Amino acid sequence: MLLVPCPNCGPRNWSDLRYGGESHARPDPATATPLQWRGYLYLRDNPAGWLRENWYCRSGCRRWFTVERNTATNEFRDPPMPGDKRGAKA
Amino acid sequence: MTGIVRRLRRRPPRYSAAALVWRGMRGDHWPRIWRDTELKRSYDAVVIGGGVHGLATAYYLARNHGITDVAVLDKAYLGSGASGRNTAIVRANYLTPEGVAFYDRSLQLYNSMALDLNINVMMSERGHLTLAHSDSSLRTMHWRAEVNKLQGVNSSVIGPDEISEIAPSLDTSSHPRYPILGALHHPPGGIVRHDAVVWGYARAADHMGVELHQKTEVLDIVCEGGEGSNGKGAGGRVVGVRTNRGDISTPIVVNCTAGWAGLISAMAGVRLPITTHPLQAAVTEPVKVFLPTVVVSGSLHVYISQTDRGELVFGAAVDPVATYSIRGSLEFTEELAGHVLELMPSVSRMRLLRQWAGLCDMTPDYSPVMGFTPVDGFLVDVGWGTYGFKAAPVSGEQMAEAVATGRTPELISPFALSRFDTGELVGEKGAASVGH
Repeated sequence: MLLVPCPNCGPRNWSDLRYGGESHARPDPATATPLQWRGYLYLRDNPAGWLRENWYCRSGCRRWFTVERNTATNEFRDPPMPGDKRGAKA
Repeated sequence: MTGIVRRLRRRPPRYSAAALVWRGMRGDHWPRIWRDTELKRSYDAVVIGGGVHGLATAYYLARNHGITDVAVLDKAYLGSGASGRNTAIVRANYLTPEGVAFYDRSLQLYNSMALDLNINVMMSERGHLTLAHSDSSLRTMHWRAEVNKLQGVNSSVIGPDEISEIAPSLDTSSHPRYPILGALHHPPGGIVRHDAVVWGYARAADHMGVELHQKTEVLDIVCEGGEGSNGKGAGGRVVGVRTNRGDISTPIVVNCTAGWAGLISAMAGVRLPITTHPLQAAVTEPVKVFLPTVVVSGSLHVYISQTDRGELVFGAAVDPVATYSIRGSLEFTEELAGHVLELMPSVSRMRLLRQWAGLCDMTPDYSPVMGFTPVDGFLVDVGWGTYGFKAAPVSGEQMAEAVATGRTPELISPFALSRFDTGELVGEKGAASVGH
């Protein structure tokens, strides 16, 4: 069981949300080389420790948000607050 | 002459019924099946990861190519990772032609393994049913059967009547929420005792001079000439490995880890298209044999087989969240039990004995990443997702060939890391973790 801190709905069971994977800045499609673009699409840091990642609150507020989780222990830190636009997915 | 005598004495005893009786009568102890040696300062090649993939690579390096100055390093004990946690299923009924050819070779090696390694791996060729619960998944089964037939792999689509003849305990009526409409029947599939495979490769590799080092954790990979920090990264080459038991110099490092593949590769400055997810499995109390085949349902995310001891082994799909934590969850048990009961209502009174999890390295296309990397001398055999055990023999064979010849063997060339740069992905929808 993993309680994910949604900024709007509070802590929710992870099965209520969709996991969006690592949060990386998207390179500009107009100027990115194919290699940069494919790196953004496929390559992952996959650390055993703190990771910035995206979640989609599927059965709650239906909004994306970004939060930090420790992939070794599954604890969250620095949960976003309502209205927080940090790293929000466009 | 004395050399031959010494070599004969050093040979481990062959396993046979006669040896069992002889040793039993004399009360002899069985010697340990691999040596404990000091870590040397230098090797021709170092394999990181003492699971089936690493041990098979070392074994085929020694047997097929005569390269015996090899060390296999594992931070825990041999077979402590996915090699001892998988559900021991082997099969070759994949969807892509690349995958079918590859896993078919693996199945051949599994079939001759008991003789090759002189150990009883309890290969049980009991057949494999992949159930279809919808028209679209039935269509995929037909597709897979045709791809298989074209490559000479025995697979066919069968209907509910034939399914109940093979496995009467399956509910093939129209009552369930997801009725069984048909199945892909793959007679060469089956199960193998996974621990015996680990021990067999370890014993045979050790016998040929390969050194196995347990409790030896790799802390860093030393590179030079690369574009990244400390000479790591593209364009560089491997010069050694730093471990908790001292430094080793070596021109070749093969990363055969699962779960930690990304972390080990990062030590050489190589980024991988991999995220690590746990996969949970469970086993019931033992009962009399009633399930004569392996049953898989992609839609219900469950696979079931009965061990020779009578326990039902269940596996599921990977957890959807990337994590290195292998703690079990109640959701898994509930969902698994529901799905199993949907397929086999008669086992509702059976109790689970235990559950566990292993780490799976998932790639975007459900195919592994094998072969050379932009760092010279650093090879990977990773990204094995949920299909690593069944591929171990052929992976070892092909990786050993890559190390010995310096070229990528044809069988694994579709699985190169560079496919993510060129966009030539190998979408393997026959993987167990893919819903159909």
